[in-house]
Amino acid sequence: MKNLLILGAGTGGTIMVNKMRKRLPSGEWNVTIIEKEKDHFYQPGFLFIPFGYYDRNDIVKPNQKFFPKGVEVVNNEVDRIITEENKVILKNGESFQYDVLIIATGARLSPEDTPGLKAELWHKSIFDFYTIEGAETLAEFFKTWEGGNLVIDVADNPIKCPVAPLEFAFYADDFFTKRGIRNKVNITYVTPMSGAFTRPKASRMFGSLLQNKNINLVTDFFLGEVDNGNKKILDFGGREVPFDCLVTVPLHSGDPVVSKSGLGDEFGFVKADKNTLQSILYKNIFVIGDASNCPASKAGSVAHFQADTLEENIIDYIENKPMSASFDGHSNCFIETGFGKGILIDFNYETEPLPGLYPLPVVGPLTLLKESRLNHFGKLMFKWIYWNILLPGRKLPVTNYMSMKGKRTD
Amino acid sequence: MAQKTYAGITVDVNEEGYFTNPSQWTREIAVEIAKEEGIVLTNQHFAIMEFLRNKHIKGEALSIRSINHSGVIDVKTFYQLFPGAPLKKATKIAGIPKPASCI
Repeated sequence: MKNLLILGAGTGGTIMVNKMRKRLPSGEWNVTIIEKEKDHFYQPGFLFIPFGYYDRNDIVKPNQKFFPKGVEVVNNEVDRIITEENKVILKNGESFQYDVLIIATGARLSPEDTPGLKAELWHKSIFDFYTIEGAETLAEFFKTWEGGNLVIDVADNPIKCPVAPLEFAFYADDFFTKRGIRNKVNITYVTPMSGAFTRPKASRMFGSLLQNKNINLVTDFFLGEVDNGNKKILDFGGREVPFDCLVTVPLHSGDPVVSKSGLGDEFGFVKADKNTLQSILYKNIFVIGDASNCPASKAGSVAHFQADTLEENIIDYIENKPMSASFDGHSNCFIETGFGKGILIDFNYETEPLPGLYPLPVVGPLTLLKESRLNHFGKLMFKWIYWNILLPGRKLPVTNYMSMKGKRTD
Repeated sequence: MAQKTYAGITVDVNEEGYFTNPSQWTREIAVEIAKEEGIVLTNQHFAIMEFLRNKHIKGEALSIRSINHSGVIDVKTFYQLFPGAPLKKATKIAGIPKPASCI
């Protein structure tokens, strides 16, 4: 028997375990997935928690529910990969041999890498909303907050779901308006990028949305440290932004297992071919989702679009054929803009987010790079799609490769 | 495509003045571009630019964070060497494209 081993049961790992179990003959291949957590959080839902629209129970399910039959599930923590011996060692000393390994260990927050960020004010006036604990603590804080300077800061890229901090800013505007204290809340969005977003068309559109919503924008700001005593953030050049409440998106790193096993770049993301998703160091190691150093978004949609490429390439690898599938960097996300509206963007390595209709020309029905109510409902509906279609590895009625159909380039 | 002449050599640049062909770059050219930015280059400047050029040639993404891993200088010194927007200035002077942060 041969062994396919998957590390991590987040979005990418769960999709792959479902796809590969179906694809590989059970008489020839064992499929094993190793994951230390027992809960699977719907991460796009974290955004809604600070504003009281969702609570924990709305976005969590036991991950056991999403594993197919005929798979060995190991609920334990990985220590390291011994690449020369094709072996994974757990913290408890147990080891697992593999013929093919899929790394799906994701990205983690590393607030400890910024001086002063995880210090006296952490979870008192400084919050993150990328963890359930951070999002819940912030929800409690917002219930009684009477206003002041609300600063939303992205420390540096790459981060998971690069649009989430913008959505947070839009939702904050909506939330404090409805609470009747918007005039007491000064919202500032601080980003390391040179505009509200990367790539020109989207950056201009989001820039004007921020302006219309009276949200200040500070650009080219790379977070250097947090001064807890004087409640301000400083960039490496000494520029300052004062805050009463700081919502941070801290630096991200790969799982420590990746660095420890010699597979990562300086931030612990697996060095991989951005098209084949194969490790550049070992031919029998592949990567999916946030764990890779591919220059694509760290987002669930990317993991989903990568999954088909990865499935085909692993089969080609097993059959000693050249890899036939190539991931194009396709990413797609709903962006909540508040007051019941949303935006959809669709892009890849080469093509920036463009205006138009999705997934079909003329009829859409979703509008690209433009606010609409339907996009907002699309986002809400997506939770159901995530649990019921995406994680089980079923097909969605959209293409994996980005399509120019319906997009306008003018 | 636009062209510019530095130290007697004509090079290809984009509309923002970034090199489109990093192999056209020389140390003499760097000195001239740095002058336009009001910077007098030292060995430290060249050392970090070499790090950035090597990373670019290997196809790796450039970021402010990666400076701390350069083994040459830390980020604070990087800001002192190229005041204001150090990564944008340093890549321009080092003859490589402006780093595009991915989304």
